[in-house]
Amino acid sequence: MTDVLVGIENLSRDFDVSKPWLNRVLENEEKKYVTAVNDVSFEIRRGETFALVGESGSGKSTIAKLIVGLIRPTGGQILFDGTNVATRGSASMRQLRSRFQMIFQDPFASLNPRWRVKDIIAEPLRTFGVAEGRAAWEKRVDELLETVGLSAKDGAKYPHEFSGGQRQRVAIARALSAQPEFIVCDEPTSALDVSVQAQILNLMRDLQDEFGLTYLFISHDLSVVRHMASRIGVLYLGRLVEVAEGKTLFRDPKHPYTKMLLDAVPDLEMTGRKRQPVEGEIPNPIDPPSGCTYHPRCRLANDRCRSEVPVLKLHGDTKAACFALEEGRS
Amino acid sequence: MSDALLSVRDLVVEFPTRKGILTAVDRVSFDISRGEVLGVVGESGAGKSMTGSAIIGLIEPPGHIAGGTISIAGQRIDNLPYEAMRRVRGKRIGMVFQDPLTSLNPIYTIAEQLIETIRTHMDLNERQARDRAIGLLDQVGIPAASRRIDDYPHQFSGGMRQRVVIALALCVEPELIIADEPTTALDVSVQSQIIDVLKRMCADHGTAIMLITHDMGVIAEAADRVVVMYAGRVAEIGAVRDVIKDAKHPYTKGLMGAIPTLMQDSDRLTQIPGTMPRLTDIPPGCAFSKRCPEAFDRCFVEQPDCRPYQGRDVACLLYDEGKPQ
Repeated sequence: MTDVLVGIENLSRDFDVSKPWLNRVLENEEKKYVTAVNDVSFEIRRGETFALVGESGSGKSTIAKLIVGLIRPTGGQILFDGTNVATRGSASMRQLRSRFQMIFQDPFASLNPRWRVKDIIAEPLRTFGVAEGRAAWEKRVDELLETVGLSAKDGAKYPHEFSGGQRQRVAIARALSAQPEFIVCDEPTSALDVSVQAQILNLMRDLQDEFGLTYLFISHDLSVVRHMASRIGVLYLGRLVEVAEGKTLFRDPKHPYTKMLLDAVPDLEMTGRKRQPVEGEIPNPIDPPSGCTYHPRCRLANDRCRSEVPVLKLHGDTKAACFALEEGRS
Repeated sequence: MSDALLSVRDLVVEFPTRKGILTAVDRVSFDISRGEVLGVVGESGAGKSMTGSAIIGLIEPPGHIAGGTISIAGQRIDNLPYEAMRRVRGKRIGMVFQDPLTSLNPIYTIAEQLIETIRTHMDLNERQARDRAIGLLDQVGIPAASRRIDDYPHQFSGGMRQRVVIALALCVEPELIIADEPTTALDVSVQSQIIDVLKRMCADHGTAIMLITHDMGVIAEAADRVVVMYAGRVAEIGAVRDVIKDAKHPYTKGLMGAIPTLMQDSDRLTQIPGTMPRLTDIPPGCAFSKRCPEAFDRCFVEQPDCRPYQGRDVACLLYDEGKPQ
């Protein structure tokens, strides 16, 4: 237990999606909320890559933003190395901040187009006082650029002079500059072409080995997750439905949703195979189904699934939230 | 050759720019037979979508077809006047675009859009066209089609919208459907539903499909043959299984190694060094030469042609020399 770096406990986040006040009064409507993240608990161990997978609207990115403190949770807490992130004052929060960083999905939007690359990378260095004095930070920026596979002279360029993959390298260099222990990667390769994606994924693995980094890796692409993650959490409509070791999850998925998801991925190895047709779509999160939110799409659903909410329980090495599993109906 | 439905020969698409002429599609040739699903893969900027747009005659000016021929069932369509081409589009060739929200008109109901398309190309009255539209929606798997047909596009989910777009493309039973990244905007579970719909349409109606995508997994799942494009040129054409299991072109090999798979454990992905050249500075000789681990002297000066090799076509001088590693 001591090796837990990030602990997420009963984390929830609601978003207000109500109509404006006047409309609510005239149309006699209540306030409406979307629960983007609902009672999610998991822990990330030091040095591992924990991946969150799920389809759009499952709350992956919301969890990423909650963890780095870009938005505040409605309920629950986030413990970083034993201290609660959300309740810290801004000064000590700032100190804690230097220990975790984030890499975003779109390298075209996450880099300031009017800054030179060296200034972009140096910003965390100067903010957190990692390198004092111009000479020191310039030297550090050059090192960082070379660490991520760019050349030191690229520092003088602007982001628009780089391709998507190179920009993502710049974003990685910026994340590394504050010497963090933990990096949240929100779909870091989904805007990139496959051959470039392979370069970035390899780079991220090398950096993890070199600096002993811990990653929270968020992706909708199961094959990428399979390649990167040591443990995986599967999200559906804001809830964790399954948490397992990477290998176990792909060899022996437990939750019906995970099974469906794995079955749906078109894979190079399985040309021409027959598979179960996928049924239904993700329901509207504003008005989610009662009980287990997956029940309208689940073959194993019964009355209990329609009324009660299952919680994560151990099934072998895997934690899954499913009544069918508990009752041995699967 | 004679049974080819669509035949593209030496197609060249050029864009005049301030910096000179930019060749987006460079001497591309391939055939599609009736009832066949031909996959076209490549990274962004490889010219896959441009080839699709050239076939239906929708290249945005100042881009234009600068050479080669496109014919459907023996009739040339690359030089048709606008009105004649408009009749070919929709009637003989249907189109499914990537983003199902922008390819439907938000201010008309699904019924109005389907009926308009059907009546433009077929001699049916309003009633018959509506029945046909409901039948089509039913076929592509929209539940309660007769009720939902009067809904507007925004009332459908992404997957359902893409089904509507497919129904729209199928309206007048075209011989060929060009599907440009039809599942890219969708979640995996919905993607597999849409692939199933496309495959079923292909089997039931004998429609040929040109499936343009960057996702090799989708190709593996749906296509019979595949064209691999790189920097506007064809690198390799062959049966899907051959190309995936035993790629010949060094680019295809690299591409296959770069894709993480669900089934295999691998520590490192093969990576192709560098990125695809911009279309403004494609190197002389083979476009892939600068990134190719097996390149030799001739590759830097001579542009390879696509030649048959072991049951497929490969554009690589290695095989021309008869010395594949």
